[in-house]
Amino acid sequence: MSEWWTYSLSDFLLFSAHTYYRLFELYNLAVWPWQIVALALGVGVLALWLRGGSWRGRAIAAILAICWLWVAWAYLLVRYDTINWAAGYFAIGFMIEAALLVWSGLIRDGVRLRRGRDAATMTGFGMFGVALFVWPAIGLLFGRPMVQAEIFGIAPDPTVVATLGVVLAAERTRWELLIVPFIWCVISGATLWTMESPNAFLLPVVALIAIAVTVRK
Amino acid sequence: MFSLDRRTLLRAISAAGVAAALPRSAPAQQGRVLTRPIPSSGEALPLVGLGSWITFNVGNDRVARDACAQVMGAFFAAGGRMIDSSPMYGSSQNVIGYGLAKLGRPAALFSADKVWISSGSRGPAQIEASRQAWGVPRFDLLQVHNLLSWELHLRTLLAMKAAGQLRYVGITTSEGRRHGEFERIMRAQPLDFVQVTYNILDREAEDRILPLARDRGMAVIVNRPFQQGDLIRKFARYPLPGWAAEIGCASWAQVLLKFIISHPAVTCAIPTTTRVDHVQENLAASTGQLPDAAMRARMIAHVEKL
Repeated sequence: MSEWWTYSLSDFLLFSAHTYYRLFELYNLAVWPWQIVALALGVGVLALWLRGGSWRGRAIAAILAICWLWVAWAYLLVRYDTINWAAGYFAIGFMIEAALLVWSGLIRDGVRLRRGRDAATMTGFGMFGVALFVWPAIGLLFGRPMVQAEIFGIAPDPTVVATLGVVLAAERTRWELLIVPFIWCVISGATLWTMESPNAFLLPVVALIAIAVTVRK
Repeated sequence: MFSLDRRTLLRAISAAGVAAALPRSAPAQQGRVLTRPIPSSGEALPLVGLGSWITFNVGNDRVARDACAQVMGAFFAAGGRMIDSSPMYGSSQNVIGYGLAKLGRPAALFSADKVWISSGSRGPAQIEASRQAWGVPRFDLLQVHNLLSWELHLRTLLAMKAAGQLRYVGITTSEGRRHGEFERIMRAQPLDFVQVTYNILDREAEDRILPLARDRGMAVIVNRPFQQGDLIRKFARYPLPGWAAEIGCASWAQVLLKFIISHPAVTCAIPTTTRVDHVQENLAASTGQLPDAAMRARMIAHVEKL
């Protein structure tokens, strides 16, 4: 594309905010009651986090990998692709993240979670809690119905935030696991900002917090 | 200036099954939509068409697809003909195809689409996919979208036109991009249509593109007449000027559209909308009196002070 610098973000907007959130509504109705399974997996991650056990990092990485794969297929490829021709590329990114979680977290046990009350652990735990319990209600705050809720393991944004939380709390910084989530924070934040969605700032803020905490670790 | 016999058109559309989709009132039906001839053929085209960027990209949402079909039904009922889309616009082509099928494939349709792919060799496959999405036997107009790989695609489109697989060929740009190269192509290629951005605050096309189109006998489609709604939102804060009634405008949208289509080089403006009342309002702007040069100057002077 020539003269790319003359394009603004709005030139790449393909759909309205109404269509975007309506997609979540139809998606939630279509996959019900998998939201309950996803939330149960999220609670399972919290339980593993709070309990000891040398295998808990592997188990959490496996759960997150399943969630990333589900979002790649059920949301990005099957639904989002109907309104955004770039969704297939996003799905590849989500599959790569799932593969990295399997490789780094499950096979190499690279997502061992810290114990203690240091900033990285507390921020990571808080981030996961926000993704699991607060993110579905964000739409309500901005006047959208609950049926359009974005739920961990089902929708991309809370899945990304939850993953950032886990990686932040890992004993060793796994930069390879942060790349795709950071890219998604930029893409999703830009999409929402272009649509003038009032919660467009959330994902970029989460990414900035994650970067700051990771650098200070 | 030509005008279409609306009664004949409505009768034909109703026979095609559109009547069920029509709203109870259609303001544009009160007058005849004004048309201008396509310079290369003389075929009359209504001055207001229907764009599909963003508004028709609703995926597989059945409710939203039906709403788009209603907009299309109201558009045809009010005398509209040209619907414009692109493979870049997500599901818009499929949604148009859904609407056309639901409306019984209105004979009035003037189908305008684009080719938008870097590879020249894959252009024909994309065009065929677009044609199947619309469900039309052939496109009336195909344009090279934003000049992407234009040398390769123009060769394909001109060959299709020569073979009778296409009626008109064009190129597009938006927001003033690549006007220099656009002009060079206009001078060198046998185009039927060009598509550019032009509105009451963005009049760059007036300097060279529009006069060149007249000189070269090319029809002009105007995209983004409301700057994605920004112009309407901007002016909505101000009362409609007194002179608006003199040119038959009852809203800012109609003022903005009448300014565009009153330029003698403009053949068709393609506003987008998701609402039946808005598409009726847009078509109504192509009825009645158009502003003359003095009124156009007055319109510019007024809005530039806001």
